[in-house]
Amino acid sequence: MIPAKFEYIKASSVSEAIGLLEKHGDDAKILSGGHSLIPAMKLRLSRPEVLIDINGISGMNSITEDGNEILIGANCTHADIVNSDLINSELNILASTAKHIGDIQVRNRGTIGGSLAHADPAADYPAVVLACDAKIEVEGKSGKRTIPATEFFLGIFTTALAEDEIITAIRFPKVANGNYQKFFQSASRFAVVGVACVKDGNSVKVGVTGVAGTPYRATAVEDAYSGSSDAASHAVDGLEDELMSDHFADEEYRAHLAKVMVKKALEA
Amino acid sequence: METFIGKPVKRREDNRFLKGAGKYTDDIKLHGMTHSAFVRSPYAHAKIVSVDTSAAEKAEGVVAVYTGSDACGTIGVPCGWQVDFKNGETMREPMHPLLAKDKIRHLGEAVAFVIAETLELARDAAELVDVKYEALPAVTCPKKAMASGAPKVHDEWEDNAAFDWCIGNDRAEVEAALANAHHVTEMTYKNHRLAPNAIEPRSYIADYDVNADKWTLYTSTQNPHLVRLLLCAFALGIPEHKVRVVSYDVGGGFGSKIYHYTEEALLTWASKEIGRPIKWTSDRTEAFLTDAHGRDHIVHSKMGFDKDGKIVAHLTDEFCAMGAYLSTFAPAVPTYLHGTLFQGVYTTPLIHLNVVAPFTHTVPVDAYRGAGRPEATYLLERIISKAAKEMDMDPAELRFKNFISPFNGTTEPGYQTQVALQYDSGNYEGVLKRGLEMLGYEDFRKEQAEARKNGKLLGVGISTYIEGCGIAPSAVVGSLGARAGLYEVGHVRVQPTGKVSVFTGAHSHGQGHETVFAQFVADKLGIPMDDIDIVHGDTDQVAFGMGTYGSRSLAVGGSAIIKSIEKVLEKGAKIAAHKLEAAEEDLEYAEGKWTVKGTDKSISFGDVSLTAYVPHDYPEGVEPGLDFSSFYDPTNFTYPFGTHIAVVEVCSDTGKVEIKRFVACDDVGNVMNPMIVDGQIHGGVVQGIGQALLEEVVYDGEGQMVTGSYMDYAMPRADDIPMIETDRTTTPCPHNPLGVKGAGEAGAIGSTPAVVNAVVDALSHLGVTDIQMPVTPKRVWKAMQS
Ligand SMILES: Cc1cc2nc3c(=O)[nH]c(=O)nc-3n(C[C@H](O)[C@H](O)[C@H](O)COP(=O)(O)OP(=O)(O)OC[C@H]3O[C@@H](n4cnc5c(N)ncnc54)[C@H](O)[C@@H]3O)c2cc1C
Repeated sequence: MIPAKFEYIKASSVSEAIGLLEKHGDDAKILSGGHSLIPAMKLRLSRPEVLIDINGISGMNSITEDGNEILIGANCTHADIVNSDLINSELNILASTAKHIGDIQVRNRGTIGGSLAHADPAADYPAVVLACDAKIEVEGKSGKRTIPATEFFLGIFTTALAEDEIITAIRFPKVANGNYQKFFQSASRFAVVGVACVKDGNSVKVGVTGVAGTPYRATAVEDAYSGSSDAASHAVDGLEDELMSDHFADEEYRAHLAKVMVKKALEA
Repeated sequence: METFIGKPVKRREDNRFLKGAGKYTDDIKLHGMTHSAFVRSPYAHAKIVSVDTSAAEKAEGVVAVYTGSDACGTIGVPCGWQVDFKNGETMREPMHPLLAKDKIRHLGEAVAFVIAETLELARDAAELVDVKYEALPAVTCPKKAMASGAPKVHDEWEDNAAFDWCIGNDRAEVEAALANAHHVTEMTYKNHRLAPNAIEPRSYIADYDVNADKWTLYTSTQNPHLVRLLLCAFALGIPEHKVRVVSYDVGGGFGSKIYHYTEEALLTWASKEIGRPIKWTSDRTEAFLTDAHGRDHIVHSKMGFDKDGKIVAHLTDEFCAMGAYLSTFAPAVPTYLHGTLFQGVYTTPLIHLNVVAPFTHTVPVDAYRGAGRPEATYLLERIISKAAKEMDMDPAELRFKNFISPFNGTTEPGYQTQVALQYDSGNYEGVLKRGLEMLGYEDFRKEQAEARKNGKLLGVGISTYIEGCGIAPSAVVGSLGARAGLYEVGHVRVQPTGKVSVFTGAHSHGQGHETVFAQFVADKLGIPMDDIDIVHGDTDQVAFGMGTYGSRSLAVGGSAIIKSIEKVLEKGAKIAAHKLEAAEEDLEYAEGKWTVKGTDKSISFGDVSLTAYVPHDYPEGVEPGLDFSSFYDPTNFTYPFGTHIAVVEVCSDTGKVEIKRFVACDDVGNVMNPMIVDGQIHGGVVQGIGQALLEEVVYDGEGQMVTGSYMDYAMPRADDIPMIETDRTTTPCPHNPLGVKGAGEAGAIGSTPAVVNAVVDALSHLGVTDIQMPVTPKRVWKAMQS
């Protein structure tokens, strides 16, 4: 459990970090909480030659209100989110999700930016950013841009981030009525299935993680919601060929669980 | 005067453990110490085409690189138990090499060994060793390993069987009884493979001292003397008197640290080659891949009953994986530690078990908490509960009908089983009665019926286990194939000032010996616990010993200490009589002093010990000193027993099982420290629940391990476990001086079938009769669908 040799650079600004990314290209990796990256490095599955630590960049770990939105710096830890009064009152779904990520050590170090960038198919936040229609704010050598959550996740560990881009913040709308339902994988305690649901009058937005390689908006459920009492049965519509399978949950059981957890979320 | 036996004395060792001040092997740093890393096979079965170490040898900081082509490649570690075929053929015993030379037989088998100045450099250099493999098909399932055409683990034999063994009554007789039985219950299942998961991974330091021509091996072992014996007499052929094996604090073993591992021998060998100390500490991945695993039996069993529900016969066939090589105790586990418990707590008149033990392309399988007895208990307790369902009887009632009646083993004889053993003492209905009472069984059944009406799935599961502990009478185990005696050594050294050092061959790696042993020594000598030190884990300090496993430490190791205490008091009485100018017969010993009966003339333990070492005014013909060592070889095993009852609720949507209550009424004989016994039961129950619901080593078709980390191997966590409600009955062991039976494994033995019985009970009205362990949400849900 000892990583291969690497060089460590602590960046003090976003532009410095981007410059370093540009300079080192493929050989470099951003380090935020390190709770996905370092385990992979210790197993030597990941062997970056340069680590660019973004933890010291000021302004990347604040949580602020911006009109009807809440702006969360990418370096905010899961614990920062759990403990934020603002998030607890205006975006409760995110605080209650963060509460069930890993254990205390993980929550004290792991960050929301790192989790989204890592795009683990069993991670929790992806379902929530999808259901909330959050926007991922990123910056790269060609400047800043905003990626809607629905366009951010491209596959297992794959996102719309360009090589020289880093996530600087996540912009959420305030959400009054949302909840996240997680079926825990018994070993890792990641999500076998995680469902985030945001309700607004007769409409609903449903984000699902853990089920397919790419987290998704369960649009078939959303469409059926107002009319049908068994909207949840559409949880995996159209994804039959993309369901993940492992020894905890094969495709059949996962599809079933998706429906159960969507139902729970819709009824919560 | 304060006494200690039977009191919940706080564990002395926790002072250092809770402060992080324990002294584990990896904490030791020796002058000039090198570090090491292994190159391990990524295949389960492969031909080694070539190994090129040239780049690694040139790498920064590398001291040496060894492969199977070096001298160490001709060395193997031995197996400590021989179980022959029932037809008389000798057990097939392959060489278990320190480094693989031509062929790989399990994932993670070591191919090369790299020694460097730092651990980082050793790891880096290990990556530079270029091994070319030719992958071969592998077999990991013990049943498939015996199918014709299965890939062979060892080419020298015609099939994969290490042995094919049976125990009990004549098979034909058992079959005939089953054919005539009123009802026969049948089960086919797998008692799946588990990884032991001690918190401290295996860790070794070998230190050859050129000037003294002596070796010291620091090792995280459960039995330092056994390691020394196997290392010296079998693996390396080095002189035993020049080898010191030290194991200070050890962070859990659960059986996995009993065995003499290849890495221990290799480090010891290499340390002399390079003339420097070498350290190796397993990482967690290596632990999953190379620590001996537990269980892995494929079972087919039939139990027959008469019309009143009395068991008439029990016939079982099992395939039990040995893994790629025979680990130290491996052959004993599915045989003499397993088949001998098939009587259970029942009067079954006819029993037959056949065990085929094949080699598989997996890490060796050996004893894991309970070792063979959890597997026996799981079978008996599942099949009897299944039978109760089929015969529409209450599972408690069916057990009461079949229990062996209570016997104390003193005025009433022990119980002779059909499977070689004689139980020492028991009251099996007593623990079940108490368990049912603790649970409120009648009320629960009402609650369950109500709950069912509301679609809630509640279930209760009972298990009434017995196990064999206090391993073991040497002559008995010798006749059963053990290649060692299983006595224990206890040495009591009274210092001149009356302080006492006790040296035990037992080894504590979580059990609390430093506390418990001091408790009874204090009471027997009538001195404060603070005056007693318990020393273990160093072959230079402790004369000899067989270590700790099989819940033997107190029953066997404690008894050896008692023997020495008796010798101390006997000699002390001679000195006291001389000093008091009285006859020995007129003295009595109590509260730390010898008193002339009926007078106030006395002499304290401390004065006698001082006299023994300053023998100026001293009895004639008596040697100075007060220092005795004893070997204790038990006359029988000990047989703890108990009842475990689980109540579960199954989520009808997801299949997830929640344990609502867990009741354990155990009888471990006399109890020295109830807090420590409770702790042992708690820990064991948690491991048993782990097996029932969560833990499983999964190999895929190629012999790759799907569950090689905690991301995929599910360990029980605090929130998986309910409050464990414990109570005890006390049926003393009749054949050892403390009357103790052993508590280390009971929890892991009794709990697993209780939990699975409860899950099946919760679903029985849906037609579910069995679910393969671990009963994961997926499996439960699927069982509910079919
Ligand atoms: C024991 C354990 C349990 C866990 N349980 C859960 C769980 O239940 N649910 C869950 O969702 N997660 C879980 N995690 C993962 C945890 O939430 C991680 O913290 C998270 O996935 C990654 O965030 P990080 O800040 O640690 O990122 P790092 O590990 O530092 O980085 C992860 C990846 O993202 C990149 N990266 C980091 N920050 C940025 C950025 N701002 N911009 C661009 N790229 C970036 C890195 O280069 C790297 O490739 C667990 C982790 C552990 C160790």
